[in-house]
Amino acid sequence: MTDVKLDLELAQQSLVFIFASMVVYTVSFLIFAWHLTNIASNKGSGAVISTKLENIGFALFGFGALIHGAGVVMRGIAASRVPWANMYEFSISGAFVLVAIYLAFYRLRDIRIIAAFVNGFVLLILGAATTYFYVQVKTLMPALQSYWLVIHVTVAVLATAFFNIAAALSVAYLLRTSPRIASSTKKFVVGARRVLEFFPAEKTLERLQVRFNAVGLILWTFTLAAGAIWAERAWHRYWGWDTKEVWTFIIWVLYAGYFHATATRGWTGRRAAWLSLIGFTSVLFNFTIVNLFFKGLHVYSGL
Amino acid sequence: MVSDAEVASQTVNSAELGLAGWMRWIWRSLTSMKTALILLLLLAAAAIPGSVYPQRSADPNGVASYYKNNPELAKVLDWFQLFDVYGSIWFSAIYILLFTSLIGCVVPRTRVHWLAMLAEPVDAPARMQRFPAYAKVTAQTSEPAVLDRAEAHLRKGRYRVVRRKGSVSAERGYIRETGNLIFHFSLIGVLVAAGLGGGFSYNGQRVLVEGEVFVNNLASYDSFSPGVFFDENNLQPFWMALDKFEVDFDLQNTTNIGTPLDFRAFVTSKLAGGEKRESVIRVNEPLEVPGAHVYLTGNGYAPVLTFKDPDGQIAFSGPVIFLPQDANYTSLGVIKLPDAKPNQYGVLAFFYPTKEQLETGAFTSIYPDPVDPMLSMNLYVGNLGLDGGVPRNVFSLDTHGLEQVAGGKSGTKALMLKIGETKQLPGDLGSVTFNGLKRFASLDLAYNPGQVWVLVFAILAFIGLAISLSVPRRRIWVRKFESGFEVAALARNDDPRLEDIVANLVEAIAPKKGN
Ligand code: HEM
Repeated sequence: MTDVKLDLELAQQSLVFIFASMVVYTVSFLIFAWHLTNIASNKGSGAVISTKLENIGFALFGFGALIHGAGVVMRGIAASRVPWANMYEFSISGAFVLVAIYLAFYRLRDIRIIAAFVNGFVLLILGAATTYFYVQVKTLMPALQSYWLVIHVTVAVLATAFFNIAAALSVAYLLRTSPRIASSTKKFVVGARRVLEFFPAEKTLERLQVRFNAVGLILWTFTLAAGAIWAERAWHRYWGWDTKEVWTFIIWVLYAGYFHATATRGWTGRRAAWLSLIGFTSVLFNFTIVNLFFKGLHVYSGL
Repeated sequence: MVSDAEVASQTVNSAELGLAGWMRWIWRSLTSMKTALILLLLLAAAAIPGSVYPQRSADPNGVASYYKNNPELAKVLDWFQLFDVYGSIWFSAIYILLFTSLIGCVVPRTRVHWLAMLAEPVDAPARMQRFPAYAKVTAQTSEPAVLDRAEAHLRKGRYRVVRRKGSVSAERGYIRETGNLIFHFSLIGVLVAAGLGGGFSYNGQRVLVEGEVFVNNLASYDSFSPGVFFDENNLQPFWMALDKFEVDFDLQNTTNIGTPLDFRAFVTSKLAGGEKRESVIRVNEPLEVPGAHVYLTGNGYAPVLTFKDPDGQIAFSGPVIFLPQDANYTSLGVIKLPDAKPNQYGVLAFFYPTKEQLETGAFTSIYPDPVDPMLSMNLYVGNLGLDGGVPRNVFSLDTHGLEQVAGGKSGTKALMLKIGETKQLPGDLGSVTFNGLKRFASLDLAYNPGQVWVLVFAILAFIGLAISLSVPRRRIWVRKFESGFEVAALARNDDPRLEDIVANLVEAIAPKKGN
């Protein structure tokens, strides 16, 4: 007889922690946004106040991440398993990994300036997760009871986080290299341009974007292969063009295309950056639209 | 003098050359990076419709219902092969072109790379100051000493180094290209192994009730789909008995009651000439015998029933497979008795593992384990059409032209039976006994001899890719220059550390005072 104890009380507390982290994230987001408008309007007495503000933002962001992480861990304990078996859990865990990777790299690399975007995106994910995806803790259906759930999904979440940061850098790069923004005299655009000047140089943005995408693609290749190995166990064939398999494949091919672009004359720079964005859009599409609306074997949004 | 014959042959030659030239041009375009890029993007785009429309391979029922709901549109879609995207002409065309391009690309690159690995690092170029990382050094020390230091420093950094007169050339990261080539070749391996493996593979389905034995030959399968090269004689001779089937449902956690926690099929199997072996098949844990993997795909109840004619003759006796209709295993079963005397009849029966009567009077099951099991039966008398030679699905009963004699609006209530009970059938048809309850397991038997190779090539591809994306390839030169030395470095790809590397080398060959 299999025995599983679900702790509903703890699951409730986990949700409280997630909400609490959202409150803290909202404050840090406002601070980052304020910081950006300061730069844009050229107000504030120079860079000093700005950096101070930014540091407070980061401290709060980190604090929010701690609460967020605690919420994720509690959810896992409440369910006596890894906390990523349905869309709600996948979202809160994925968002946490994104924050953790971003915060791990912000000291190493000059990507502080995209904090507002990463922070805002995380808030968006958590908002959607708690409002639309929330489900009670449940046991795992037998098809999901496999250590491949740990391996395959962990790596997929990691890959997504790297692609995500790369996509943010691609946006920054595209804005920075946009001829239209460079020549505009509209007040709003002039302010935005001032913000952009605080971004790392074009070359750095491009280079970082390639690096993050490279790690993402290696991890995604692993996700694809691990998924096929698991599919052989659970669905009796390693590959069957199930909708989710199709999208995993599409994403993989798109990023392969991206790397070809970075080595093809005429395709580096802005075109490659667009491809990086298209790639990440399909990652998001795969997670949201495909999970919720497409028919297939991966039916564990839990909704 | 040029003879006429020679002129003629020359014209032919130049025409051929024209053709050959064309072919070469096409080949060169096909194998260019830009074509590869476009083909990759096309491949990604071409894969999308397969996730939008149901595919025959993955979801044949979906295609059937698409045809039912939109017959006109379905025909058009079918013409464009949108229900068979991954075997379609256009999808195949893209990946065949892509892989042709791939071969045309990596074979010459392999030769170039091979030669590069055999050759020494190239000579310092004439104008080094044009390179992305460049430094001038004024050194007091003598030339050989400086170059010695450069050489030692570079060797420590695992560069391949060659010393020439007045200069040092070094290169590292050959393995980047090696990894890249391994990656691309392995993709070919994956494709070939997947194609051949699919050809030699098979998969078949069989439903087994507890106590039944499966013998591996074509006749034992309920359904079977072989690959194009499959040979029946390659079916591994073995038998397998389903001894017992167990399910655990959650009874503890209030939000989760009735959710399945585990399915276990206890089987005994024996290969021809081998030992008997007992094993447990679970979801995610197939039974592996040489030449076949046995997967658990479904399960349900098989009530054991006995139907007797009025004179006591047995018309039918045995377990009947009931297909689960909902999460609480309300199940539907059909029994046809074409040989019953005096009339043939059919039974449409429902099984409720834990019965509960709704306010409407209808029954349902509220828990999937047999806590309070009950069968309800509707009876139909008339020609079942079984001797018409038309195969009928045993899981459905066509009640057209049959007279309902129990259940529904027939005036007689549906028969209700608990385990162990016997009831008389209406209209003097005889009796039925609910002898007991068994479970059945739906099994998938599959074998794909190519999948191991797909895995091997996939792992190689992964390793190749990881190497190729993480190892930088660099060239460095140090050269004597009027009053000192100049150092330059070049990377195959964008390399953030290039300047640091030059700086470190400068530091190594001409240490600043005080160090
Ligand atoms: C099945 C199709 C293909 C896939 C999935 C694919 C994938 C990739 C990926 C992911 C990379 C980046 C990683 C690395 O540098 O190793 C790459 C690099 C490369 N590919 Fe492909 N490729 C394909 C076909 C081709 C073809 C047809 C060509 C030749 C025209 C080609 C030539 C190259 C070259 C030269 C690089 C190295 C670029 C560099 O120097 O960074 N590939 N490929």
